[in-house]
Amino acid sequence: MKPAPFEYRAPESLDEALALVEELGEDARPLAGGQSLIPLLSFRLARPTCLVDLAGVPELQSIRIDDGRLVIGAMVREREAERDAKVEASAPLLACALPLIGHPAIRSRGTIGGSLAHSDPAAELPAAAVALEAELIARSRTRGERTIPAADFFTGFLSTALEPDELLTEIRIMRQSPGTGCAFEEVARRHGDFAMVGAAAMVRVEDDRITEARLVLTGVSDVPVRALDAEATLTAAPFTDEVLAEAAEQTAGSLSPASDIHGSSAYRRHVAGVLVRRAVRAATQRAGVAA
Amino acid sequence: MSMLEVALTVNGEARSGAVEPRKILADFIREDLGLTGTHLGCEQGVCGACTVLVNGQPARACLMLAVQARGAEVVTIEGLAEGGELNSLQRAMWESHGFQCGFCTPGFLMQITALLADNPQPSEPEIRAALSGNLCRCTGYESIVNGVLAAAGHPVPSAHEPQTQEPERSSVA
Ligand SMILES: Cc1cc2nc3c(=O)[nH]c(=O)nc-3n(C[C@H](O)[C@H](O)[C@H](O)COP(=O)(O)OP(=O)(O)OC[C@H]3O[C@@H](n4cnc5c(N)ncnc54)[C@H](O)[C@@H]3O)c2cc1C
Ligand code: FES
Ligand code: FES
Repeated sequence: MKPAPFEYRAPESLDEALALVEELGEDARPLAGGQSLIPLLSFRLARPTCLVDLAGVPELQSIRIDDGRLVIGAMVREREAERDAKVEASAPLLACALPLIGHPAIRSRGTIGGSLAHSDPAAELPAAAVALEAELIARSRTRGERTIPAADFFTGFLSTALEPDELLTEIRIMRQSPGTGCAFEEVARRHGDFAMVGAAAMVRVEDDRITEARLVLTGVSDVPVRALDAEATLTAAPFTDEVLAEAAEQTAGSLSPASDIHGSSAYRRHVAGVLVRRAVRAATQRAGVAA
Repeated sequence: MSMLEVALTVNGEARSGAVEPRKILADFIREDLGLTGTHLGCEQGVCGACTVLVNGQPARACLMLAVQARGAEVVTIEGLAEGGELNSLQRAMWESHGFQCGFCTPGFLMQITALLADNPQPSEPEIRAALSGNLCRCTGYESIVNGVLAAAGHPVPSAHEPQTQEPERSSVA
């Protein structure tokens, strides 16, 4: 047997789950889809004393529209969100990002909340959440609920702002408004692998001009990186090929990704520039402007 | 170490066992249920050899705990044949030479079963995308893709096997 021994608890309500994570403390781990946690257990890189399986917690399972926002429960499976008409209509960026995660058999188990809480530096959903300026909702038994902006949620390599006694319960996303377009572009060694670099773009276009741009890179640092300078460049002048080229160059120049066996730092920087061009171009086209 | 009871349906039959929480579903299927058709390659989610259906969805049996499958309907490669006869997918794969050593085959067939349930007429690019998470070290994939095309009732490209020179190609049954 590969994993070290642990206890297993399967709470049937959110209150019960929150009481368990509080009582068991840092040695316990929530179990969502297991697509990241179980490999860590099998390699014994993680040795929790107890797993708290969230699969039976009804409060974490739904996708709904609430007060102009798309709300996705933490335990919604990636595959389910990918096929949901509300997600496609309200948060097309998420709909672009989801099919890029792993393979169908990974997505049928992996969850939205698990991917966000795991905070893998090359994951798609954290970058999409930052680009969407999503709100992540955390809850503890004693302190209740708090709202964490996506930009503050991812704090480092596999680290988030969640406290040990907290669970991520849902993600809330403003519904995309008309005149907005988005795209998620990435380069991976093979289809389904974690991206070497990925770029999420969202633009709002009025009269052939980008009035608002959000550009976020994944795979180039420990956390998603927002390309603020490039965003400013894109909105400062009418949209042309030259403006796009400048924004791409600015992004590439601002990054210092690590080198590894899959690609050097310089290569990743280059790819980031290329992906910014592709993603912004696709997003503006979807918003109704051809550059 | 506490043991937990796992009761589930496997290939239409009610099965159960007592397991440690850390027991991986693939090991439970192979060791406790004696269904060794589910293969284990990488044991970290990458190769797809262990793919089974859980409540109709493809899943890596190496990335699930047996306790997570409590109450689930699991289908393994042993569940595909109908009354001791190969089902249409298995026959199509066999006729296209869709495997050589066969190590990857159970995982491919379960993933393809899920694909065809979802999309009975997949295009070749759709087939390749759906199978991107299954690795085969023998076939070079062409014959596997052809097997899926045949199972879906599509004409199978014959570019690699010019048929003009060959009179009648009787199947090597
Ligand atoms: C072969 C393979 C390829 C993959 N490729 C990609 C890819 O290309 N892109 C990508 O983004 N991901 C990829 N993944 C990872 C996949 O998306 C995972 O499903 C995801 O990262 C984790 O989600 P999960 O539901 O499986 O979480 P788990 O593995 O169950 O949990 C992950 C971590 O989050 C914690 N956690 C889970 N839920 C909560 C919660 N509600 N509150 C607090 N903490 C929680 C757990 O304790 C654990 O530490 C891949 C995985 C595999 C095996
Ligand atoms: S053994 Fe499960 S994916 Fe390789
Ligand atoms: S037939 Fe040998 S690995 Fe696929």
